[in-house]
Amino acid sequence: MNWGSPEAFFHMGGYGLFVWGSYALTAALMLVEPVLAASRYRSARRAAQEAQEN
Amino acid sequence: MSFRLFTFAAPVRFHALTGVLLPWLWAATLLLSAAGLYIGFFVAPTDATQGDAYRIIFIHVPAAWMSMLLYLVMAFWAVIGWAFKARLASMVARAVAPTGAMFTVVALWTGALWGQPTWGTWWVWDARLTSELILLFLYLGYMALVAAIDDTRRADQAGALLAAVGAVNVPIIYFSVRWWNTLHQGATIKATAAPSMASTMLCAMLLMTLAFWAYAFAVVFMRSRAIVLERERSADWVQALVKTTGDAA
Amino acid sequence: MNNVFMANVFVAVVLRDLRLAWRRRIDALLPVAFFVVAASLFPIGVGPEAQMLARIASGVVWVCALFAAMLSLGSMYAGDHADGTLEQMLLSPEPAWSVALAKALAHWLVTGLPLVAVTPLLCLLFGVPADALGMVTLTLLLGTPILSLLGGLGAALTLGLRSGAVLLILLILPLCIPALIFGTGAVAAVDAGQSAGGHLSLLGALLIFSVLGAPPATAAALRIATE
Repeated sequence: MNWGSPEAFFHMGGYGLFVWGSYALTAALMLVEPVLAASRYRSARRAAQEAQEN
Repeated sequence: MSFRLFTFAAPVRFHALTGVLLPWLWAATLLLSAAGLYIGFFVAPTDATQGDAYRIIFIHVPAAWMSMLLYLVMAFWAVIGWAFKARLASMVARAVAPTGAMFTVVALWTGALWGQPTWGTWWVWDARLTSELILLFLYLGYMALVAAIDDTRRADQAGALLAAVGAVNVPIIYFSVRWWNTLHQGATIKATAAPSMASTMLCAMLLMTLAFWAYAFAVVFMRSRAIVLERERSADWVQALVKTTGDAA
Repeated sequence: MNNVFMANVFVAVVLRDLRLAWRRRIDALLPVAFFVVAASLFPIGVGPEAQMLARIASGVVWVCALFAAMLSLGSMYAGDHADGTLEQMLLSPEPAWSVALAKALAHWLVTGLPLVAVTPLLCLLFGVPADALGMVTLTLLLGTPILSLLGGLGAALTLGLRSGAVLLILLILPLCIPALIFGTGAVAAVDAGQSAGGHLSLLGALLIFSVLGAPPATAAALRIATE
């Protein structure tokens, strides 16, 4: 274990903003991407269904 | 053996196979990330010179590797699609591009956030970061070109040519940027020099790389499946799929 | 393959483009005007301090030349595509790569060479000393053909597209970066009193690579765009 307390963990030796800023953006992008892909898949399904009905 | 391989070149089998693989890929992503992050934050020690800021490396380096690798993957499948008129290969190439661009953005952003506390500026024109920036331009160029062409086949083929030209140029660009950087070395410092790596640091980095690999497979498959449905919408198998399972995603 | 025939058609394509440019020679010189205007904006923007201007001169001149060369690329194939001449050229027994090479040569003669001719004047505006001035001109003499060749590829890829002009520039500029680096590097070497030989060799190598590689790629792009 490296960290004395949760506060120390978030503080990251004074570099908290940079470290967590990096991880936060990365996590955000890696969540948004699959969501967008899934949404595109659903739209494609719906379009295929509509093509079928016509 | 080659028959078994090419079996999955058919969109219908690709769609079925990837549907089965997706949950496993997401599971792998989560497990590998958890392991990598645990080791990176709770086992790897604080660096003597850079303090805890160096821990950005566990996403910066894997993201940079992925951004470069995915460009080659994209160019490879695009050219295969063009050369063999393999529609699925072209679809996969298009699906790879946004993910590659995403990793490039991550590499640039984390590179900036790593540079600021370590060297005092938000951006340094060192060879690696500058090459990453140019790589982002290449990705965006590919995505812009295929988006600008309405005809699917022309878009796929033009994209393949552009991606191939880009792939050939990447070593030239990288070499020239390194050359440029050493010329101007006087003022600049190697901002993104990694600390000499303890084995725990290396281990965490490798685990995160594998996690990003699994993630890339998962997202690219998801996007490819969407593209397959978009392009093959009037095919019998798509009609059957959409009919029998109703509207549930 | 009848080599005399091929040479004749190559020359014919070049001469035709030159004649067309001559008929609209004001339009043909617009990139040169842009070159001068754009480069002149820099001293106005960053201040007239002589030493700084002399230091940034090679970079500014090179980048403005890049932009100026890119501006006239949109019309390289557009006119021929619109009136059907391009299809004729591709259908002929003439290999498409020689058409692409001829087009690039014509573009360089019409746009690139005038840019090179004006370069010494711009260097004087920036207070560049004589030996560096010569080097800037030489590197652009080697570099502008590269721009025409790569630009031809971009023009073929974006043929007929709505947003073609800007898209073309965005696609091709990253590929021009090595030429930019070696061109300006040669000038920096001269400024530092060192030999520019290495940079010039690399720039020359890029030129050869472009002459060999760009026309076939452009030919492929033309087929993709017209099929």
